[in-house]
Amino acid sequence: MVRINVNGEERQVDVSDDMPLLWVLRDELNMTGTKFGCGIAQCGACTVHVDGTPTRACQTPVGMLTPDSKITTIEGVKGKAAQAVQAAWQKLDVVQCGYCQSGQIMSAIALLTDNQNPTDQDIDAAMDGNVCRCATYVRIRAAIKDAAQTMRA
Amino acid sequence: MLHHLIRQAAEHGFPESGFAPGPLPAPARRGFLKAIGAGAGVLVIGAHLPMPALAAEAAPKIIGPADPRPHAFIIVAPDNTVTVLAKHLDKGQGIVTGLATIAAEELDADWSQVRGAFAPADQKLYANHFFGLQGTGGSTAVANSWDELRMAGAAARAMLVAAASARWKVPAGEVTVAKGVVRHAASNRSATFGELAEEASKLPVPQQVKLKDPKDYVLIGKPDLHRLDHVSKTNGTAIFSMDIRRPGQVTAVLARSPRFGGTVKSVDDAAARKVPGVIEVVSLPVGVAVIAKNTWAAIKGREALTVTWDDGKAETRGTDAMLADYRKAAEKPGSVAANKGDADKAIADAKAKGGDAVDGEFVFPYLAHAPMEPLNAVVALNPEGGCTIWAGSQFQTVEQMVVAQILGCKPEQVKIETQWAGGSFGRRATTNADYIAEAAMIAKAYPKAPVHLVWTREDDIKGGRYRPLFLHKITAAVDAKGELVGWKQRIVGQSFMAGTPFEAVMVKDGVDATMVEGASDMAYPVANLAVDAHTLASPVTTLWWRSVGHTHTAYAKEVMIDRLAKAAGKDPVAFRMAMLKDHPRLAGVLKLAAEKAGWGQPLPQGKGRGVAVHESFNTYVAHVADVTVDAKGQIKVDRVVVAVDCGEVVNPDIVKAQMEGGAGWGIGHALRGEITMTDGVVDQANFDGYLPLRMSDMPVVEVHIVPSHERPTGAGEPGVPTVAPAVANAVFSVTGQPLQTLPFSRGGIVS
Repeated sequence: MVRINVNGEERQVDVSDDMPLLWVLRDELNMTGTKFGCGIAQCGACTVHVDGTPTRACQTPVGMLTPDSKITTIEGVKGKAAQAVQAAWQKLDVVQCGYCQSGQIMSAIALLTDNQNPTDQDIDAAMDGNVCRCATYVRIRAAIKDAAQTMRA
Repeated sequence: MLHHLIRQAAEHGFPESGFAPGPLPAPARRGFLKAIGAGAGVLVIGAHLPMPALAAEAAPKIIGPADPRPHAFIIVAPDNTVTVLAKHLDKGQGIVTGLATIAAEELDADWSQVRGAFAPADQKLYANHFFGLQGTGGSTAVANSWDELRMAGAAARAMLVAAASARWKVPAGEVTVAKGVVRHAASNRSATFGELAEEASKLPVPQQVKLKDPKDYVLIGKPDLHRLDHVSKTNGTAIFSMDIRRPGQVTAVLARSPRFGGTVKSVDDAAARKVPGVIEVVSLPVGVAVIAKNTWAAIKGREALTVTWDDGKAETRGTDAMLADYRKAAEKPGSVAANKGDADKAIADAKAKGGDAVDGEFVFPYLAHAPMEPLNAVVALNPEGGCTIWAGSQFQTVEQMVVAQILGCKPEQVKIETQWAGGSFGRRATTNADYIAEAAMIAKAYPKAPVHLVWTREDDIKGGRYRPLFLHKITAAVDAKGELVGWKQRIVGQSFMAGTPFEAVMVKDGVDATMVEGASDMAYPVANLAVDAHTLASPVTTLWWRSVGHTHTAYAKEVMIDRLAKAAGKDPVAFRMAMLKDHPRLAGVLKLAAEKAGWGQPLPQGKGRGVAVHESFNTYVAHVADVTVDAKGQIKVDRVVVAVDCGEVVNPDIVKAQMEGGAGWGIGHALRGEITMTDGVVDQANFDGYLPLRMSDMPVVEVHIVPSHERPTGAGEPGVPTVAPAVANAVFSVTGQPLQTLPFSRGGIVS
């Protein structure tokens, strides 16, 4: 039995320690907003926050987490940065197929939580780990800048 | 060209002769109203109405049912929502929004009350009029639905007006509709659609409707309409088939042959069965399935399998050896795709008389589609026979027929719940139902619970159905005046139509139309044109891939045109423009892109600008690309300017998004995309080897849409073909070296 804290709630799951957090969320807790894209931390579709740090859930064995680790997923993300990012994504109609966007948004929220005036280079550095095969990158960049402006206002 | 041929296939007996063990499925017996859960008080309106004469060449011939069963597309509910049913798959291209816009416009609905939903699988009701079967592809969705949904919307509006007229006892001509409200001004009465839905549903469907004048559009063509999925896809609530969780559902992964064409020789599953969570292991003709309580256990179980494969019929060549075979084949003439004048003589004459000839050999690698959502489907066998499938279903009719054959039921007993698809780029539209057929086979072998077949990314990258490897050899010449006088082109590659039910009509005189489209029918008026093709077989599976044949034909053509312009001493835009006098829409996008990009303005040292123009899927696109070539010879794409003419634009922001995405798709694969094989085994496995475009690669993209009231065409695919050659031509303008082997990373110019 593994105890973890997801979106502020303590959850117990009967899985082996080596099961990646991704599959714990999706298959055990039925929280499907976090996506499986590659399984090797190359695409970022599974990005969640662990104690505020963007983390690839597919490469995070659940046994490495403690009950004190605060896991935040797309279903539970909130606050000023989350609000600004999701609003900007909607305003600019960023999404196409949308499958990668939970991960994109989680990475963008983490970036803007730390840096409310990111340069293009900051955006590249923070977002290069998140692949979008529809290539919505133009709008992701614009939405991050839009959200940053909202947060600074 | 593609959809015309598929349509022709549909008219000439396809798919009866192909997929189905028997004749076409009988009309669905179940009541459609029941199927969509409609009850009293709901207006369900169809478009089985007299169709206006369809004049334009691009207009589909309607192959609709001859009987007057309801052809439902619009549901007006008492809660005042308007749901438009999309018979096409939305894989990101925004078609659910686009189709809803078309219907809502004629209905005069308010955009805030409009919803989208996927139609069930039913060929009789929902065939793509271009194909004759229910399916999405070839950038046909808007063109297909344009008449049908405008008429459905107009009919529903007329019925709401008639209901109001009867309720208020006023002439229908005095009743107006705007933003979802029906009004009689003189008596100051109004009602919502929801309030009138029940009364309207009891009225006859009008047989004649008047469609709006485009100047009166309030939704179509407006830039501020949001996508219907823009909220659910930003908060994690949008459901893809990967997210389906049926009661008792199990997860399966399938071990497939590492070599294409290999089969299972023997299996030792003892260790796999010991993996905690593994429930069952079954051997199937397509591989060995591990069924487990969850995805992780299934993956671990598969890792513990020992499978010996029989490579007797497998591809054992590497891609280098295949390419050597292609070069050998190219030494001899192939099957003729186009033959006008005398290309050999024209080229020889040009060389002899002060002109210039240019030779080019182009190599295009295998490419995977790699949609973000790895392929997957849930199949649940139904107690009464047949099954229900949850999938990002793109060829519903094919899937119904194939799965019916697997399960031994009727196609209409195969119910499909189409879900948002996490990308496709052509990958989900297969002629044998592919991963959905695999899921059905596993469900048949393990009937106790709904089965979710999940492909891992490795399965996807190694799993074939690639854009085929292609070799082009071209010789073309300009005469002493710098006019293009001769063009000889040989194309060598695999046909993904051969051996499928499409073969009879898609392959003519030994030439697969999808191999030569964009080359044999090129717009440039070269008097002496010879295009031929060799189709070489391999067990490596191949498929259409966003923009199909144009992915390679447009590239080869447009790179050659820049080389010929240089040989003729002419400006690349002027050289093209002079040849497009009879192609005003191509000339139009070329001019627009060139103007917006500042063509002709001097560039700093190390910067280059290139252009390309092409028609595909009845849409006209030109790209101008700006690149930086650094001291090491490495390139960065800085900016791309796109001009597109796709006729009447339903949603300009979605067209813009498709052009942005199409640019990224084209650039990403041109820079680094390739699938290679060593001794028949694919060298790449995941995104660490098959390198996708990332944020830092993405240039600025500026999109300019030609205003038009021509019939709408498509935008999903046509934004791809010209971007890579525009980038290549930009590099050529700096280095003088044509980029003829893809990806560019092979030539060391991409880090």
